[in-house]
Amino acid sequence: MSEKTLTRMDLSEAVFREVGLSRNESANLVESVLRHMSDALVAGETVKISSFGTFSVRSKTARIGRNPKTGEEVPISPRRVLTFRPSHLMKDRVAAGKKR
Amino acid sequence: MIRSELIQKIADENPHLTQRHVERIVNTVFEEIIEALARGDRVELRGFGAFSVKARDARIGRNPRTGEAVKVDDKKVPFFKTGKLLRDRLNGK
Repeated sequence: MSEKTLTRMDLSEAVFREVGLSRNESANLVESVLRHMSDALVAGETVKISSFGTFSVRSKTARIGRNPKTGEEVPISPRRVLTFRPSHLMKDRVAAGKKR
Repeated sequence: MIRSELIQKIADENPHLTQRHVERIVNTVFEEIIEALARGDRVELRGFGAFSVKARDARIGRNPRTGEAVKVDDKKVPFFKTGKLLRDRLNGK
């Protein structure tokens, strides 16, 4: 399997082909999608995209970590992390992909 | 926020596009990501995050109710890693 990496450019290109707006406007719209999702997550909202997946923000409490190289203990401050839970549809399509 | 709210926000910012257009645009973005992953490709969106596919080995699982051993086949699962910019923004940086 030749593994490729897609970027914003590929998504813009898909929008360009699908909708027929200019390349520039297609790129701006892809950017808007990512910006609105990011802003909602930063505001602490859960972003639930049906048949794609759910992005949610979890808060983690402070804990003591360890520098694996020196063994030194270092405090890890409380933080917010983002988790993505793929929809069943995405999981099924990704799992089926390998049987190609 | 759900899909329809995302579509609405983008439609509000782009009064020259119809709701139907915006719907197709947003759906295309998500559909393209799923198709890439189904092919085994990665999707890297700098500042937001990267979607990739991870391989899970076959294993012997256990039915938690009966304790019975069951074979679980190897499989591919979608994975998302948050981008640095978004991770920093979540933590007020």
